[in-house]
Amino acid sequence: MLWPIDLIVLTFVIFCAVAAITVKDLLGTAILFSAYSFLMCLLWAVMGAVDVAFTEASVGAGVSTVFLVAAVFRTSRRTKD
Amino acid sequence: MTELVGLIVAKYNFWLYIILMMIGLYAMIAKNNLMKKLVGMNIFQTAIILFYVSIGYKHGATLPIIQGDHGGHGTHGAVIHAAEYINPLPHVLMLTAIVVSVATFGVAMALCVRVYRRYQTLEEDELRIRLSEK
Repeated sequence: MLWPIDLIVLTFVIFCAVAAITVKDLLGTAILFSAYSFLMCLLWAVMGAVDVAFTEASVGAGVSTVFLVAAVFRTSRRTKD
Repeated sequence: MTELVGLIVAKYNFWLYIILMMIGLYAMIAKNNLMKKLVGMNIFQTAIILFYVSIGYKHGATLPIIQGDHGGHGTHGAVIHAAEYINPLPHVLMLTAIVVSVATFGVAMALCVRVYRRYQTLEEDELRIRLSEK
């Protein structure tokens, strides 16, 4: 594990997590959460867990985002917090 | 004092995982929107999975895939040293956890859609008002 890559990606992950729960648009939350999942997949590939990495890339960044976007379009997009 | 700082810097990834976990916990408790709560739940789960996967990591070790000869036939098979490979046991456990987390997420989203159809809101305080009206 190259520690500069690890540290930089972890910083981005925390930034994405904070942004995903603070943004006031739920579609924005969906996209930021997708970015979060993809960065997480990158982190696992760096750690040598390739099987976990590609499962996260397909399931976390793919299916979860589709679920979230579909649910946002069936409900409201705006939120108060 | 310098030893303490050294300890914190040396184990920086664990501190960052704890920060990530607490972001998820905060979102689950303090956010008003049900979807934000679910995103917080997923952040919490991935922080725990990250912690477990990082436990299996070894310095200077390679991926848990056997290199070269598989050693099945005869005596000339390569000897496998477990110390040269990253421990795959946490990976396998966390693979199950990821699949469970996406299933939970899907069911929770379906419930959110049902709640919205019935009460026309996903905000927790408005839901409480609508429920107490009945």
